[in-house]
Amino acid sequence: MKFVIVGCGRVGAALAEAFDNGGHEVVILDLSSRAFDRLSEEFKGQALRGDGTDEDVLRKAGAEGADVLLALTEGDNRNVMAAQVAMEKLSVGKAVAKINDPVRAAAYAELGIATVCRTTMLTDSVLAFLGMRDTGMPAVMAAVPHVHAEA
Amino acid sequence: MFVLVVGGGKVGYYLTKELIESGHEVVLMEKDKARAAHIVDELGSIVVAQDGCEGKYLRQAGSNRADIVAAVTGDDEDNLVICQMAKHHFDVPRTIARVNNPKNEDLFRHLGVDEIISPTRMALGSIEQDIPVHELLHLATLENDLEIIEAQLQSDSPAIGKSPGDLTIPDGCSLFAVVRDGVATALRADTVLREGDKVIAIGGGDCEKVLHEQLIGAGNGSGG
Repeated sequence: MKFVIVGCGRVGAALAEAFDNGGHEVVILDLSSRAFDRLSEEFKGQALRGDGTDEDVLRKAGAEGADVLLALTEGDNRNVMAAQVAMEKLSVGKAVAKINDPVRAAAYAELGIATVCRTTMLTDSVLAFLGMRDTGMPAVMAAVPHVHAEA
Repeated sequence: MFVLVVGGGKVGYYLTKELIESGHEVVLMEKDKARAAHIVDELGSIVVAQDGCEGKYLRQAGSNRADIVAAVTGDDEDNLVICQMAKHHFDVPRTIARVNNPKNEDLFRHLGVDEIISPTRMALGSIEQDIPVHELLHLATLENDLEIIEAQLQSDSPAIGKSPGDLTIPDGCSLFAVVRDGVATALRADTVLREGDKVIAIGGGDCEKVLHEQLIGAGNGSGG
């Protein structure tokens, strides 16, 4: 499988290595080349400096037709945009965007991109650990099949 | 009309001011507290000092009863998300986004933003109109990458003395009018082109290249 990861933070780097170790093709993008220090020496995938919300940059990185794109930068909206470019313009099989605002995370799952919400995840983990009732929201929300509203 | 403006930079500030002056109900969202306080001093308490990208603050600002949401922050991704949230989550009938990177215009339209304001595109347009000779002028950009282009015929244009039928213009590009001595007329089959004519064309894709070859001539300009 081919994976494209936008944002080489802790999570992005860890997933990049996991896919790489699993024998998959991996391209990871970040605006800062220093972010790639998080990758180990053994990482065999491609690490490219560039803006993952820019269609041309993603195309050059070979994102067109990739199986999965994960948008994991620090910016919720950058992640939303990268995932939408991937789905709408680059025919990526599946896109997941990290969105830390629970309202936006739920809204975008309805708009056709899978979302993962750190706020919900951490809140529920802590509540569960304390034996209290959790929020009831899934940490990863699958995309509702996309019906595009034509203007 | 109730308009929710998101982004209190220069564009957001003046937009809000003008809207208030023309009697509309306006709420402005600006996440920078100092900037928000400054705008309150100038325009009164119509400012919500919160991030307009956050669902719960959009709701607090009244997005679910807004007639229009205008997202005019300096970041394209924020403007996209604000408009999509407004449209799909709060059922706002009309959304307007400022787009800084012209490459994003298509994407935004495709993703359902109703109206695009592109300062970069406008500046480009003005700059191109300031270069008078040889080059093709881009008069307007329409949907689906169609453009209206003007070509001014110089003395060495290969089209001089010819009629539209003598030119090789492929489908997807259409010459429709000519401006001669300030008078606009439809381009007819029997129109004979002269030096100084401004030929107006509409088309997409290779249209510009075609116009350059057929109307400007190989020796002039870069075609760009």
